[in-house]
Amino acid sequence: MVLNTTATPEKLEDVDQLAKHNIIVTTFEKIWNWGRARSLWPLSYGCNCCPIELMAAGAARFDIARYGYEVFRASPRQADLLLIAGPITVKMAPVVKRVYEQMPSPKWVLAMGNCATSGGPFRDGYSVLPGSDSMFKVDVYVPGCPPRPEALFHGMLELKKKVEQGRY
Amino acid sequence: MANNTDRDKAFNNVRAILEDKYEIANDPFFTYITANSDSLLSLMQTLKEQLGINYLSNLTAVDYGEEFEMVYHLYAIPDNGQKLAVKTKIPRNRAELPSVTSIYPTADWQEREVYDLMGILFSGHPNMIRVLLPDDFVGHPLRKDFKKEG
Amino acid sequence: MIKTDLYTINIGPQHPSTHGGLHVEAVMDGEIVRDAIVHLGYVHRSVEKIAEARTYTQFIPYASRLDYLATHLPTLGYVQAVEKLMGVEVVERAQYIRVIMAELSRIASHLVFVGSLAIDLGATTGLIYCFRDRERILDMFEMTSGQRLLASYMRVGGVSADLPEEFFPAVQSFIKDMPGMIDEYNGLITGNEILQARCKGIGVLNPDVALAYGVTGPNLRASGIAYDVRKADPYGIYERFDFEIPVGEHGDCMDRLVVRIKEIEQSGNIIRQALEQMPEGEVRGKVSKVLKGEKGKEVYHRIESSKGELGFYLIGNGTENPYRVHVRAPSFVNLMVLPLISRGGKLQDIIANIATLDPVLGESDR
Repeated sequence: MVLNTTATPEKLEDVDQLAKHNIIVTTFEKIWNWGRARSLWPLSYGCNCCPIELMAAGAARFDIARYGYEVFRASPRQADLLLIAGPITVKMAPVVKRVYEQMPSPKWVLAMGNCATSGGPFRDGYSVLPGSDSMFKVDVYVPGCPPRPEALFHGMLELKKKVEQGRY
Repeated sequence: MANNTDRDKAFNNVRAILEDKYEIANDPFFTYITANSDSLLSLMQTLKEQLGINYLSNLTAVDYGEEFEMVYHLYAIPDNGQKLAVKTKIPRNRAELPSVTSIYPTADWQEREVYDLMGILFSGHPNMIRVLLPDDFVGHPLRKDFKKEG
Repeated sequence: MIKTDLYTINIGPQHPSTHGGLHVEAVMDGEIVRDAIVHLGYVHRSVEKIAEARTYTQFIPYASRLDYLATHLPTLGYVQAVEKLMGVEVVERAQYIRVIMAELSRIASHLVFVGSLAIDLGATTGLIYCFRDRERILDMFEMTSGQRLLASYMRVGGVSADLPEEFFPAVQSFIKDMPGMIDEYNGLITGNEILQARCKGIGVLNPDVALAYGVTGPNLRASGIAYDVRKADPYGIYERFDFEIPVGEHGDCMDRLVVRIKEIEQSGNIIRQALEQMPEGEVRGKVSKVLKGEKGKEVYHRIESSKGELGFYLIGNGTENPYRVHVRAPSFVNLMVLPLISRGGKLQDIIANIATLDPVLGESDR
């Protein structure tokens, strides 16, 4: 485990880049990402119609457990996936922000449904934010009103690919 | 279950007790009683005590520009054919009305919602604060002149 | 001398009981609840303001997003209000189809109630069983309207399309299997010792208090008052059906659960009668494409939704857009009694009370 001595960092930021790619911890990153992708722990958060399809996805017919994602945590301190199911209203916005900040890194955000993606049918109302990306960096968008459980699984599998490849 | 004769009987009942003080009209669905902000509480008291109207179903406001109109829909449980709608007009620049929570406690949150979205104040209400919008929201959105920025 | 202080615990708005964004501030004296202050508005989507910018038909999907657990019920209430406003007649076959869909929605909503009550009190299996049966109803909704959850199937003057062939064997087999399903819920959930300990005698709602606070629906019936809008003020063709109104005795959480399970049975009864009596014919009346409400005309129409009395107050203004739409939401009014029934109880009873009052936050916040 030797640092590459031929490359010389010119700025302070370059050190991080070198450390990422030249130390053997890179291989562990791959193993960790492999593990993280296969057992995302979603946070039980949702207001509105989309969480009902989320509950249906967790129930017997669609069964989110076969992908390893059935461990819904109530506390944000134990979760790593924020599934924003439903619109973010002006009153709810500070709450979601706080919940997101309480989640430990690495964490991902999946916007489920039209309301979370862009405000949906309520976009021209006075109390709905135009999409959750006005507040967070969203990793996957799952459109639909509400998206079927199969659509949600497609979204989660796309997120799984993203996490596995370390693109976050 | 009430039918047309019950309804006519109910309408005549209402007229008999209230006709001398309030304006009463009738359509196929409701009996409309018009009150003003001073006589509202005593009308509600009369409805509850003398006509047995013990259920206030709906309470809302409409913005008609120069004035607001408050509408109350009332019934009796068990049902006896009476379907009443009480209407009160108040001027826009003095949007205040006495609260009916002392007579019908169900008006509590419904009046808070009218205050929140229309900006009408109810005097005598135990907890006159916003219910649906955040406390620091500026404006009353259901008014016709509310403009959203952004 | 040891002194204790009151301590405030926030339940929600992010909370595993998936009733949506409900925030209850519980003021505790040790384990006893001194007050439970309810904060709403976390799901306020400004539906009433949006309605003023939509046509009457364009509002139907918004109505279905109000009570999203029983989607055909609010849409039924809304289209019936519009029909009253415009004096539109509904064709016979559509009336029967509407009743079948409305009662299936009621069953679907009560199944979510039973399942989420079970999971809120810790019994995850209850949710799985109820959702398994609910999937059969959602399949039927998908067959008829193309959407599982938020079907905008009702139209002014009828319904959007006729029932397909495969609907009838599906609904017949569902009705046939219903007694078995109810026995299963009674055995697994209602008869469960732990659930009984957590629900019997908890959250007692006095009938006079319920009436004064405008509580309606199964919550009022569980407290002993037999008031159902389908019998008191029938709408559509409900007077042609023979069904009972289940009533509770004590008004506690257990009664609220038992009343809803009995209502599932009664809804099955109504569906069976509707299937027998349904005539052939058109499913959509002759209604003009452009619907205009008469200026100054107003209407208030109420239906018995799965949560209570759902009312729509519409005012026309001579154009295609309504001047004012107000939704009288049963969940908004029912939640008013939550502090009253929780005071003096324990912290865990707040969860049982919220679950048995069955609020749907989409409707309560609109």
